[in-house]
Amino acid sequence: MARVLINLPARAKRGEVIEVKTLIAHPMETGYRVGPTGAAIPRDIINRFVCTYNGAEVFRAELFPAIAANPFIAFFTVATESGEIAFSWTDDHGETQTEVRQITVE
Amino acid sequence: MKVVALALLAAAVAATAAEIAPEDRRSGYEFATPETRAMQDDDNANPGILGVLQGEALWTTKVGAADRSCADCHGDAHSSMKGVAARYPAFDPAFGRPVDLEQRINQCRIQHQGADPLAWESADLLALTAFVAHQSRRLPIRVRRNAELRPFFDQGGELFHRREGQLNLSCSQCHDDNWGKRLAGTVIPQGHPTGYPVYRLEWQSLGSLQRRLRNCMIGVRAEPFEYGAPEAVALELYLMGRASGMLLETPAVRP
Repeated sequence: MARVLINLPARAKRGEVIEVKTLIAHPMETGYRVGPTGAAIPRDIINRFVCTYNGAEVFRAELFPAIAANPFIAFFTVATESGEIAFSWTDDHGETQTEVRQITVE
Repeated sequence: MKVVALALLAAAVAATAAEIAPEDRRSGYEFATPETRAMQDDDNANPGILGVLQGEALWTTKVGAADRSCADCHGDAHSSMKGVAARYPAFDPAFGRPVDLEQRINQCRIQHQGADPLAWESADLLALTAFVAHQSRRLPIRVRRNAELRPFFDQGGELFHRREGQLNLSCSQCHDDNWGKRLAGTVIPQGHPTGYPVYRLEWQSLGSLQRRLRNCMIGVRAEPFEYGAPEAVALELYLMGRASGMLLETPAVRP
């Protein structure tokens, strides 16, 4: 499990535009570098990020090798109802890490 | 004869007159772009914080033959480690010389946890160091300059002012005499170690002060010190003394 930092307001007013900031620990190895022996270091990046709000997708991003290590993704969404906001990062090995945060909408 | 002596005297004065006045000292933070500064200032965007969090987890993990964690002896790091990083490198009587924070952590692992030392620049050693140093964030650097440390401090100062490498440059020629000017596209900072372990965007990871020193030495085409070399620690000590009173920023973000 990679370390993750997620920042979003715990409470928001209905209809309010909220900022969501995410940071995940990942080397984002491009596949273009060579190691000390001259052999290519295999590509290992997070290639997909998805955010769902009570199951409905509100944000998605495709990531490519030019993106730096420990990708930071920030975006805005509208606070519609109380519930769960889920974040998933999928890497080149096909593994997905999912984190869930609660939000209360008044 | 008198003219030559005067010329020599003038040269000697010029070579040593360049020390930065305390009120002119600036952290590398002030030379960074607004974007890099914003990244450092926001704990949700500062990637060095990921290392701090990893270090916090390691702090309470039991390791080694003794099956003890850092916390088992030192307790809550938020209080026990507060201000510690600001005093390092510190004199170690067993070694008879100063050790830096990384060396202290590894020494603790060997002596008190019965564990293997962590490799230099390994993610775990950087994380633990960053976690310990983070407890001193916004505290002033206060290395001791007592009689025991004095010779090592002087040795570090001598290394700082000594020309070396194929480019025949000393640290001082860039970081005392020409700070604020540009070396190719980058601004030359004053070289104060205020934020180590530092998250360097060029490295895409946390790195130690020793790694940074090696970078500079390779840059002037000198043979870099081995990790943990006494000379490297002496230079670290001199730099921390030179930055006395400046505030720690760990984990700093630098370009």
